[in-house]
Amino acid sequence: MSLISVDRVTYGYSRQPALKDISVDFHEGEIVSLLGPNGSGKTTLLKLLLGLFRPQEGRVLFEGRPVCDIPPKQLSKRIAYVPQFHRLSFGFRVLDVVLMGRMPHKTFFFRFCKDDEQAALEALERLSIAHLKDRPYTEISGGERQLTLVARALAQGADIFIMDEPVNGLDYGNQIRLLSRITDLAYHGYTFIKTTHFPDHALWFSDRVVMLKDGKVIADGDASQMVNRLNLYNLYNTHIAVMDLDGGGHICVPEGVTGRSGHCAANERYNVQGLRA
Amino acid sequence: MTIPVLFVILCLTALISLSVGRYPVSVGDLVRFISLQVSGHPVMDDRQCLLLENILFDIRLPRVAAAILIGAGLSVSGAVFQSMFMNPLVSPGLLGVLAGASFGASLGMIVAKSWLVVQLSALSFGLIAVLAALAISAISRGDQLLMLILGGIISGALFTSLLSVVKYLADPYEQLPAITYWLMGGLSAIDRTTVLAVCGPVSIGILILFMLSGYLNVLSMGDEEARLLGVNVRVLRFLFIFLATVISALTVVMGGIIGWVGLLIPHIARMLVGPDNRILLASTALIGATYLLIADNIARLMFSVEIPIGILTSLVGIPFFALVLRNARKGWNR
Repeated sequence: MSLISVDRVTYGYSRQPALKDISVDFHEGEIVSLLGPNGSGKTTLLKLLLGLFRPQEGRVLFEGRPVCDIPPKQLSKRIAYVPQFHRLSFGFRVLDVVLMGRMPHKTFFFRFCKDDEQAALEALERLSIAHLKDRPYTEISGGERQLTLVARALAQGADIFIMDEPVNGLDYGNQIRLLSRITDLAYHGYTFIKTTHFPDHALWFSDRVVMLKDGKVIADGDASQMVNRLNLYNLYNTHIAVMDLDGGGHICVPEGVTGRSGHCAANERYNVQGLRA
Repeated sequence: MTIPVLFVILCLTALISLSVGRYPVSVGDLVRFISLQVSGHPVMDDRQCLLLENILFDIRLPRVAAAILIGAGLSVSGAVFQSMFMNPLVSPGLLGVLAGASFGASLGMIVAKSWLVVQLSALSFGLIAVLAALAISAISRGDQLLMLILGGIISGALFTSLLSVVKYLADPYEQLPAITYWLMGGLSAIDRTTVLAVCGPVSIGILILFMLSGYLNVLSMGDEEARLLGVNVRVLRFLFIFLATVISALTVVMGGIIGWVGLLIPHIARMLVGPDNRILLASTALIGATYLLIADNIARLMFSVEIPIGILTSLVGIPFFALVLRNARKGWNR
């Protein structure tokens, strides 16, 4: 049985719905990348999965129950949201931000106890950022902030992480490090559903790809099969070659783009091999 | 560690405020008088005792208590609004409570002679103004927080114009000056009955806000995030707005419009203890109370005629705020 299933869902404000009659299933332990151009409905889909929006038609089921009918507190023990790189008005300590993940486990008049602090510290240690615990959240780097939010989701005790463009605004090194962390966590049974603008990341770091265009699913399946020239063209209206790397793996290279030196990367196979040297 | 220190400072300031005035009471007399009240042993003669009783119980204690309640109430309400609206430049008047209460009090002054009516009218219209802001936000679609702020602006503007109407209709020889002075804010008219009636609700309100302060941290991450952390955003936001509004309206009932406290003091507290609301609210209450006590002492002692404390807090608050802004980044932004 699938963990979350989106069943013939239509959602949107006006005559132009953001999502039209879409069906997708998500399974345990998967990393799923949602690919799609701007305005294709990726974020809307995430919000439906989180129970923030109620579908106008169709159902979103979490373990067989409509996600909108599950009380937020109960839902947040299972599903965590890792928001996009955001700016906060107040510089809370990193530990305090992670502690917020303990909220679903507290009663109305609450105080965080030793156990909560322990859970928060463990989450930070798991992502190797325990040394940041007393730093203001607003003063750490973008990558560290994103890791802090992942730690908060871990402290929450959730096993499904929904991430909206997790690498947005991160430098290349931090992007790769964050995605590697996610892959590590997925080995331990955590499920990740994330949106991304990088087909490469979908290829390298996810099991499955769901491609959305104009509110419809145009492809859904194994990442290495679905990220291909035709699908990418349909998605982005741009010719993108998916090239094999020696020793397995793939890489997306835009076609017809010549570097300033005059080489056209996608046409010169040795160039791609050269990357490995 | 900071909170006990701030508490001691507040207590000392309160003691000094009790002792200074037109008729200075030495701290020694003060202590003797208090021990007399507590133990019942006569340590001073009856005439002096009666005099002290009169000065302290009827005049100074209500005033000191009012200053503490107003300072703490406005500062805590300000801190709550700043966190909830994710904006450190917000003041307790954001949703129109001060405009509503001003209108209510002025209306009370021209229609009734009774001070009680003025106070009740101030309280009611403070609440009505915020309800109007909530109603406006409820009928608008889109970002609820933004709509609330806009609703507050509309409601505040409405009650400010209604205040002008009342002022225009008021008798220019008696009522208009009374309204004008009252709007400047002051504690000279404070009486024991008012303080006794108001101190319960204000203190309980502040205590409940202390107990809920952990939610403010989460709410300042934004609505969606708070909800996805399992927080019932609607209920909590309503509770916070309700408590902060009642507290602010009751401070107006006691002392009229005393500006800048609710904006300035949370900043100072944040620079001292950081933005974590679980510590911030208590610190801001203590600092606010101390600040208003000192301001009131200056207002009644500095010149031969007492100056309205609202003028003082504005004149001190504005330049101080400009200075604080330069260093405030440490507390809230990057």
